[in-house]
Amino acid sequence: MAQFRVCPDSGFYFDKSAESLMKVNAVAGAVSLLIAGVLALGVILTRWQEVHLLPADLFYQVLTGHGINALIFWIIFFEIAILYFASSTLLRTRLAAPRWAWLGFILMVVGAVMNNVAVFQGNSSVMMTSYAPMQAEPHFYLGLILFAVGALIATFVFFGTLVIAKDDQTYQGSVPLVTFGALTAAIIAVFTIACGAIILVPTFLWSIGYINHIDAEMYRIIWWGLGHSSQQINVAAHVSVWYLLAGILFGARPMSEKVSRSAFLLYIFFLQLACAHHILVDPGISAEWKVFNTSYAMYLAVLASLIHGLTVPGAVEVAQREKGLTKGLFEWLRKAPWGNPVFSGFFFSLVIFGFIGGITGVVMGTEQINLIIHNTIYVPAHFHATVAVGTTLAFMALTYLLIPVLFRRALFLPWMAKWQPYVFSAGMTIMILFLLGAGTLGVSRRHWDMEFTGAALSFEYPGTAYMMMAVGAIGGVLGVLGGAMYLIVTVGSLVFGKKLEASAGLLQSFGVPLSSGVYNVAQPEQLPMAPKLAVEQHGSGGFEAPGTFVLAMALLVCFVVYYFINWDYLASVWPIS
Amino acid sequence: MTSYLPPSERIWWKVPVGKQEIIWIGIALVWCLIMFFMMPYWHVFGKQNLSNEAYQTTPAKFQARVDEMVAKYQVGEEAGIPIVKPPVGSDVYLLGRLWQWYPILELEKDKSYRIHISSMDWQHGFSLQPVNINLQIVPGYEMVVTMTPDQAGDYAIVCNEYCGIGHHSMLGKIYVKEN
Amino acid sequence: MPQEDNVPKPERIPFFQRMLDNPFLLLFIGVAMPTVFYILWGIMEIATIPVAE
Repeated sequence: MAQFRVCPDSGFYFDKSAESLMKVNAVAGAVSLLIAGVLALGVILTRWQEVHLLPADLFYQVLTGHGINALIFWIIFFEIAILYFASSTLLRTRLAAPRWAWLGFILMVVGAVMNNVAVFQGNSSVMMTSYAPMQAEPHFYLGLILFAVGALIATFVFFGTLVIAKDDQTYQGSVPLVTFGALTAAIIAVFTIACGAIILVPTFLWSIGYINHIDAEMYRIIWWGLGHSSQQINVAAHVSVWYLLAGILFGARPMSEKVSRSAFLLYIFFLQLACAHHILVDPGISAEWKVFNTSYAMYLAVLASLIHGLTVPGAVEVAQREKGLTKGLFEWLRKAPWGNPVFSGFFFSLVIFGFIGGITGVVMGTEQINLIIHNTIYVPAHFHATVAVGTTLAFMALTYLLIPVLFRRALFLPWMAKWQPYVFSAGMTIMILFLLGAGTLGVSRRHWDMEFTGAALSFEYPGTAYMMMAVGAIGGVLGVLGGAMYLIVTVGSLVFGKKLEASAGLLQSFGVPLSSGVYNVAQPEQLPMAPKLAVEQHGSGGFEAPGTFVLAMALLVCFVVYYFINWDYLASVWPIS
Repeated sequence: MTSYLPPSERIWWKVPVGKQEIIWIGIALVWCLIMFFMMPYWHVFGKQNLSNEAYQTTPAKFQARVDEMVAKYQVGEEAGIPIVKPPVGSDVYLLGRLWQWYPILELEKDKSYRIHISSMDWQHGFSLQPVNINLQIVPGYEMVVTMTPDQAGDYAIVCNEYCGIGHHSMLGKIYVKEN
Repeated sequence: MPQEDNVPKPERIPFFQRMLDNPFLLLFIGVAMPTVFYILWGIMEIATIPVAE
């Protein structure tokens, strides 16, 4: 019989087994982030040419470990926790097949450990992409395969939980928007993991000698089905987290269920086509394939992101205006709870993802513009804006909520938590902007030495490039510091944080009805539908969220200007055809 | 508090959408279409496009092509690497291997060359600096790019795809001379 | 499933809403789209690259 606990502060229901699984997955994610963060320091202090900390072999080893831990293990562990939360908790239902879920978790941990062991042993410094025919040790691939299988099991536990909730009628009508967003992430995850299996299983067999050839171009196309789609899981997941946090912090309702869900539907249809971003300057692939896939079929997934970019802050603005913060365009934003890391983390994640990550991503994913950007350090700068700030910061903000709600602990060092999103965002933004600049000057990614020590020939980057790498590295160190603050608060809360038993009153301002007790519910009450709007606001002729509209137009102007600047830059290089 | 609760309307699909969202979706859609049509537009009117021309090859086959060209058109040597001055408009062969670009090319300004590039071993990245043209070089595939250097000078080919411990020392050269 | 019994003459749920409420249909579409347009088309592109003489 399922057992539920009702969080006395938030009113969320937690199925006992789902709760434990969320906790262990979140903790495993945080451990991966710790490894990734320590290794990040090695990477940036080496790329800072004046410091040049590590020798070449160690640098490539550290870079491999940093990439895999940050881009695969940290986010996917955390996303599994989110999938369980969005299904079991938000639908008030028991988790499907908890034993399978545990098996999935164990496989993921074994896989992650195995892969890390391979990297730290030193013979698998092949980067996250492990491009064939460069070969890693067999357990490098096997670790990734086990991890992927575990994640796939977890994803199907999520689907099973949706089915149980529907059968048990724990809700009426449609699933909540946040759950729908999580569903989008889960669907993309299935494709991602399937691609991973299709390419990594033969590659593993090749590494132990059962297959004698892996076609390098075939590897690239299918591997990126894994490598890029895994980052699209993030987009769907962190957009859902934005909606969740907007709802919890402000009581915000989606401006329109139809619009937000249709935007997620566009993700399901088109987002994954953008794996082609990595294949734009590859030999022999037709322009038709490149144009269609790189543009997500006419940029329809970008359209979806632009929609979320309006409706997420728009929902916050509408909710704030309903509370009377109606002065001018931006009183709703000025008087937002900037001292609450759940809010500041959420908002910085939204802004930096949109203004920097989104715009640079579309620009460099343009077929021809990719010629001046492919494999320069512009690329990591871009995906640090999307993943390291967009996704990671959104997950960090969610963590500050989960510590009291899920782990029932008071925050350790709340002042540090308060400043963490600021330090992390500031550091990462400095790093990202300067690395974008260095990439425009042609500085290469995954490169130990921009002075080319030991090369038979010589080439010198302009002094500006060195300056940009140095300032970027300083920003990166600050970003690592922000990451460390997150881990100190998180781990500290779990170890030293005051245990919360009955209602602690921490989250009562969220306006959720309180109840109390631990595992005292066998069958939760049916999930209520959202309350109807008191006043029908739609179609009244006025703008509900004018401030957000101004912000969205500002984004669009930046986007258009920057987009054409890059075409102009492209037009200045050697004609090629 | 509703983004994580089921929608309040049973048939939420028919709830009218606010004017603000409709306007924004319209503007965003127009922008998406502009971005989409910029790519075919550039294929017709732009000067920087990759051709689809490529061949499946083998390291041995490609090496033979390179050696043939070097034997015919070598004009010098630098750091042990031959400098080759191929005829204007001809097929030029450039290979990437651990850890060198071979040979060094001498081209004439404003003249076009059909440059064939392939890798002998692992994947490499052709990054022409300071022009900043970047191509992915994949073993087993021969890529054909017609380049027209429009400025004289000394150019470097940086390898920007990680290719092992000597990756950072993998540099090549292209000299572009006034004719 | 007579779950709508208490609703007087229930309006039929529109097609798109029913589609969005069906996770397995969405799963199918979400996997089929990139498999066809990205993977299969991409593999065809590679397979049709001519062999150098």
